Amino acid sequence: MNDIDYGTPAVVADRQVTLDIDGIAVTVPAGTSVMRAAVEAGVMIPKLCATDALEPFGSCRLCLVEIEGRRGYPSSCTTPAEGGMKVRTQSAKLADLRRNVMELYISDHPLDCLTCAANGNCELQTMAGVVGLREVRYGMAGANHFTDVKKDESNPYFTYDPAKCIVCNRCVRACEEQQGTYALTISGRGFDSRVSAGQSQDFMDSECVSCGACVNACPTATLLEKTVIDKGQAEHSVTTTCAYCGVGCGFKAEMKGAEVVRMVPWKDGQANEGHACVKGRFAWGYATHPGRITKPMIRSRISDPWREVSWEEALTYAASEFRRIQDKYGRNSIGAMVSSRCTNEEDYLVQKLVRAAFGNNNVDTCARVCHSPTGYGLKQTLGESAGTQTFKSVEKADVIVVIGANPTDGHPVFASRLKRRLRAGAKLVVIDPREIALVNSPHVKATHHLKLRPGTNVAVLTALAHVIVSEGLLDEAFIAERCEAKAFAQWREFVARPANSPEAMEAATGVPVAEVRAAARLYATGGNAAIYYGLGVTEHSQGSTAVIGIANLAMATGNVGREGVGVNPLRGQNNVQGSCDMGSFPHELPGYRHVSDTITRELFGHAWGVEIQSEPGLRIPNMFEAALDGSFLGLYCQGEDPAQSDPNTQHVQSALPAMEFVVVQDLFLNETAKYAHVFLPGASFLEKDGTFTNAERRISRVRKVMPPLSGKSDWEVTMALANALGYKMDYAHPSEIMDEIARLTPTFAGVSYAKLDRLGSLQWPCNDDAPEGTPTMHVGEFVRGKGRFLITQYVPTTEKVTQRYPLILTTGRVLSQYNVGSQTRRTENVRFYDEDLLEIHPHDAEERGIVEGNWVGVVSRAGDTVLRATVTERMQPGVVYTTFHFPESGANVITTDNSDWATNCPEYKVTAVQLVRVDQPSEWQQRNAREDKKQHQLLARAGTA
Amino acid sequence: MNPANLIKMANQIGAFFEAMPDREQAVKDVAAHIRNTWEPRMRVAILQYVREFGDAELKPIVRNALPIVKSAG
Repeated sequence: MNDIDYGTPAVVADRQVTLDIDGIAVTVPAGTSVMRAAVEAGVMIPKLCATDALEPFGSCRLCLVEIEGRRGYPSSCTTPAEGGMKVRTQSAKLADLRRNVMELYISDHPLDCLTCAANGNCELQTMAGVVGLREVRYGMAGANHFTDVKKDESNPYFTYDPAKCIVCNRCVRACEEQQGTYALTISGRGFDSRVSAGQSQDFMDSECVSCGACVNACPTATLLEKTVIDKGQAEHSVTTTCAYCGVGCGFKAEMKGAEVVRMVPWKDGQANEGHACVKGRFAWGYATHPGRITKPMIRSRISDPWREVSWEEALTYAASEFRRIQDKYGRNSIGAMVSSRCTNEEDYLVQKLVRAAFGNNNVDTCARVCHSPTGYGLKQTLGESAGTQTFKSVEKADVIVVIGANPTDGHPVFASRLKRRLRAGAKLVVIDPREIALVNSPHVKATHHLKLRPGTNVAVLTALAHVIVSEGLLDEAFIAERCEAKAFAQWREFVARPANSPEAMEAATGVPVAEVRAAARLYATGGNAAIYYGLGVTEHSQGSTAVIGIANLAMATGNVGREGVGVNPLRGQNNVQGSCDMGSFPHELPGYRHVSDTITRELFGHAWGVEIQSEPGLRIPNMFEAALDGSFLGLYCQGEDPAQSDPNTQHVQSALPAMEFVVVQDLFLNETAKYAHVFLPGASFLEKDGTFTNAERRISRVRKVMPPLSGKSDWEVTMALANALGYKMDYAHPSEIMDEIARLTPTFAGVSYAKLDRLGSLQWPCNDDAPEGTPTMHVGEFVRGKGRFLITQYVPTTEKVTQRYPLILTTGRVLSQYNVGSQTRRTENVRFYDEDLLEIHPHDAEERGIVEGNWVGVVSRAGDTVLRATVTERMQPGVVYTTFHFPESGANVITTDNSDWATNCPEYKVTAVQLVRVDQPSEWQQRNAREDKKQHQLLARAGTA
Repeated sequence: MNPANLIKMANQIGAFFEAMPDREQAVKDVAAHIRNTWEPRMRVAILQYVREFGDAELKPIVRNALPIVKSAG
């Protein structure tokens, strides 16, 4: 079950060296340690402080070897292999030395092995056996044997037992090297040496971010998952993919039968390479939360109690109601929403159901409300609706620009890679209204922080372009060879105008001219330059324009088409990329082909045995509009919760009951389900097979580790609904769905489960031209042929501050919670963050008499809600911030209907608000709490008819 | 469909394309964007609104584009 540990990290080198280890010739890249070379040769050298996730440390002295012609006994982990070297790993002297070392370790370690939770997976115990330890001459009364030392159980997910610590430093190094948080250190000296979190604090009170890297690195029971302590060691493992953010980390689900014991980051996972964050590593308990609904339920009216029914009855009822509505109001009166939390296969099936069984194109994905501008902007400029790189590419970047993203919270495993690169010397530019953690954290400091006003991304991006053009920093050769000449000339003339200079834009952006100019110079001239961006770019009325502006910058400086550069959208949810790829947009079939394209339509129509409509369908906000005007009356909503996640909650809450029939398929009674007539129980990622596609276009397998609690995986439910609607679907396994996707989608033509099993993951395009996928896009040529510059005129948002609404509210997320929180709120992660807070600058707070912890009414043009204030200089004056993880907060009651011009992606990031001190929840919150209570009572009354 | 929202959306599209130097192409691009991404009832609604209440609320570039949207069906 455990992977081979090579002791030290793999080395990439042009030169190979051949050495002899115990008579075995082995060839390795120059710079490889003797220890790793030995493992490659099949020779295991004893070790304790070495592990291949960490740089060698050379402290435990167990891995000593003899090298011909050298004096002494060098540690194999810190000794580089050299050509012609002759190494002995076993001799009487080495055995003696190792036993002596182990004897010292064990003299100061409790011998409660039989009852120790690490029993069966303890490297110290294993090494004691390997070196043949038979006695401990120093006695067993070591200072730490018997524990008057308090065990730290403060962290909800793991314990720290100093009595078991051998001071190998692996945890400290993991926190530094892998995670980059520097929360741990070794305190004390001699027998008092101990791992210490922060300033000798409990883990919970320290800077620890609970990524679990230290736990993973620990060779003893010092740092151990509480689930292992509770359940014992796992007996088998299944490799799968995390269901949280767009990094898409590979995990090994370690199992006892059908019960998860722990989730361990997969060393060979290409997105995460053995690292994880608090969500993926620990927050999977929601899958078996008692709030899971596992029986289908129906009701005639949303004020009725739920009634548990069989799958057949629920699906037959759903199908009959959808058909009734279509018969009465027309074919286009119903539609579906799919989720970026569902697999590719599920998303594909829902859009197929809509197009083939509903007979329209009214299908949309929650990517609408996050990264739809990425799809539009990158397609228009580069030719493909996707990021250009691998995550690993950042290791070759010299300049990294992070705009509108907060990777340490939103994409923490990528953030760790990024920080590692910054520690190695790369320069960082942050463009964000807030002082995100990357601006200034241990061993990481942004060279430039462009602290712009919310809503002015396009102004800043265009000003950066102005500097690049006006100061002669263009990569003229790249542009001449790779880009459309006419479009470039028009763009060049546009950005060169004085109106687009940093000086002219400063009044709007608030960013000092010198900072813009310096950042532009650094980006253009600092070597490989890569841009990473998130929802702080897309969720604006000019979201698509900003994405175009980013692509323009990359083309203008030749930063596309090789490692270390590129345009990198950090996708919010695990399968945002995939749900878009799968044709979940109302105007596009799988592979981003427009529904008006006759050849594509006929391809799918022929395969599916139907005629596909050539007109675009309704987007999510359009569906709500159409519901309110009485022309959209039936919704199938899979894995998505628009009543919490979409803007202007009151608008959504009026549109949902205007529909005659709503079907929700989810794990829990979410906010939207309160307006549903049929509830179809969903399956968590642990309960189904499929694939997710992460932000680097990487397709990874999701593998079923336990049976679905409801008896059906989500793809089976959609298939059954299609069949109930009279449209035949007959797949035996999601692999057959992927086979169909591959047959019909050129960029997926080479994808199969067999190949995914063989290679671990694949980055599309994967076809005859790239049978093992495409790590870097646009190499040599853009997907659209020539890159297209587009003019990015800054158009200020209509959501303006006024005397009545003098502050700008912007929204985001925190590390421990995920999106609408339906998963993380049902885990111990609430110990880290249990309510949405309003961040406010001290000046704005003082002006309003607000102090830390006050209840504050937040009033916008759309509505009002009440949040607890936290006063912080992380904010700039005039800007406040909150998260949207808790439905009772009503963060989206205040966000407005403003949206991106091209895609209708909501402008979550800019809402004009006023703040007032209050002492009770808002009217909406009180009403919503009553309704929530009522709906849970209706759920509690659910019974089998 | 709420005409005020449709007009706002159309004007936003117009605001992007009106910065393009080739006006004739920009008008076509506005029309194509609406044609490619707006569901028919949205197109019908805005055309009907303009027919009934005029196009004063629309940017000139959108006014010029709507006939193309209409002729495209």
